[in-house]
Amino acid sequence: MSSRRDFMGVALGGFTAVGGLAALYAMKRSWDPLPSVKAAGFTTVDVSAAEPNVLNVEKWRGKPIFVLKKTADMKADDRDIIVGSDRFHVSIGLCTHLGCIPAYVADEFKFKCACHGGEFDASGHEIFGPPPSPLEVPPFKVDGTKIVLGEAGPDYEKMLAAGLTV
Amino acid sequence: MAKFEKANSINEWMDQRLAVNTLKKVMQTEYWIPKDINFLWAMGMVLAATFGILLVSGIFLLMYYKPDVNLAFDSVNYTIMTEVGYGWLWRHIHGVAASLVFLIIYIHMFTGIYYGSYKKGRELIWLSGMLLFVTFSAEAFSGYMLPWGQMSYWAGMVITNLFSGGSLEAYGLVEWIRGDYVPGDAFLTRFFMLHVLLLPLAIIGLIVLHFGTLRIPHVNNQEGAEIDFEEAAELYKAGKVKESKVIPFSPVFLSKDIFVMGVYFILFFYLTFYHFQFAMDPVNFDPADGLKTPAHIYPEWYFLWSYEILRPFSKDLGLIAFGIAQVIFLALPFLDRSPNVAPASRRGLFHIWFWIMLIDMLVLTFMGKLPPQGIWNTIGLVAALTFFALWIALPIITKSEKKL
Repeated sequence: MSSRRDFMGVALGGFTAVGGLAALYAMKRSWDPLPSVKAAGFTTVDVSAAEPNVLNVEKWRGKPIFVLKKTADMKADDRDIIVGSDRFHVSIGLCTHLGCIPAYVADEFKFKCACHGGEFDASGHEIFGPPPSPLEVPPFKVDGTKIVLGEAGPDYEKMLAAGLTV
Repeated sequence: MAKFEKANSINEWMDQRLAVNTLKKVMQTEYWIPKDINFLWAMGMVLAATFGILLVSGIFLLMYYKPDVNLAFDSVNYTIMTEVGYGWLWRHIHGVAASLVFLIIYIHMFTGIYYGSYKKGRELIWLSGMLLFVTFSAEAFSGYMLPWGQMSYWAGMVITNLFSGGSLEAYGLVEWIRGDYVPGDAFLTRFFMLHVLLLPLAIIGLIVLHFGTLRIPHVNNQEGAEIDFEEAAELYKAGKVKESKVIPFSPVFLSKDIFVMGVYFILFFYLTFYHFQFAMDPVNFDPADGLKTPAHIYPEWYFLWSYEILRPFSKDLGLIAFGIAQVIFLALPFLDRSPNVAPASRRGLFHIWFWIMLIDMLVLTFMGKLPPQGIWNTIGLVAALTFFALWIALPIITKSEKKL
């Protein structure tokens, strides 16, 4: 520090930098999803009346959720959710390529995406086209005949630990 | 307090306080433009005029538009289109101008490429111009969200998903950009803010910078000739207007610009009144629905070429290709290794490079609109690969170019 002017310059610059960083943090936080948006993130689905191989689309956090009850002869999968004695495929219904909604073709047991031609099997695994990963399983908790979406139950934690969803 | 004499006219009064005469000289009557130019040199002022029109029509739309997911669609399609006196006019002008501004930007860009107007002191003109292209793209995208129709919603979904970075799976970043898990109210209001305030401010600032970067290297000319502007200006001021190689920006050059603008505005208003549909996607007249994807999602025509570069590759490779395509034009002044500032017609291999690049971008544009199947896929892939091959070839062919 050779002179008082240098000191003043560095002091001013330092305070300005700290204030600027603080302002940047405030700006970043202002762009974050609001607490009310985050709190509204739970949906309860009663699956007791579900028909096998008929796709139900529920809404959770604004996203479509595929709920598909598997028939006895459909292939079982590690990602199936077991409710009572039934197996369900539950996933976020957005193609993992760029987020379009695939349609379920019941005859072929396939999800097909119209946007870029991606296909998934009835367990949500990618089998054709550009999707790089399987349909994602949302956080869930089985509660009797109901599935609570948005809450991470023990079955979901197990899937997560096994790397079966993100 | 400085000393002020009594002024004898309004002009003198203003000049004493604001140096308006000096300002007029610097900005207009003694800002020299080469004579050896053609109508393509008018595109800059055509763009400035179109931006002015976007601003004015936007101000009127802003008076009735409501940035709210429950109100936005009706405020545009009901209130503005049917209730507001001449509201339809502002909307159609705004939509047509948003489309045409990109047509003129592309013409302006390719004129610069053809005549080498990005070299030897003109690099900053090119860079500031490309930054304008990027901000105009963001402006167009954010504006496209506002009517909150199906295309708005799903374009918003797909484009923000690009920020997940493919296998990086940065969904936190995507949700941060949206302010929600999916495009919702927070998304609409923040893109509204970007569209009506932050991005227009950035555009205005960049336009000032773009004009500023022109000042010292001056506008290029048809031969890429180096002109002694001071000598030519002296000749002009001495009355030897014919012998001089330059003309003043205003009123001489500007009057020619205004003629070209006149022709342009005939097209502009023809489209506004008779063919406005081309700028209005019918799918966007369905309100946004997060549980129903439209059968085909495609961007407006001016983004099709880069969209087509994204499409034929796997997800990660496509994203990388798309990212490179967005910024590669910025590098043009540094990838062109030739010392020549000359029209492409006199630059040998570069001449071929120029026309292949132009045709390739047109092919990409057409393929982007066609469904991704069969032969279209193959043509799209070849065109996308050609795009990158051209950029790799550019430094090589320009390095071997003979000095003129």
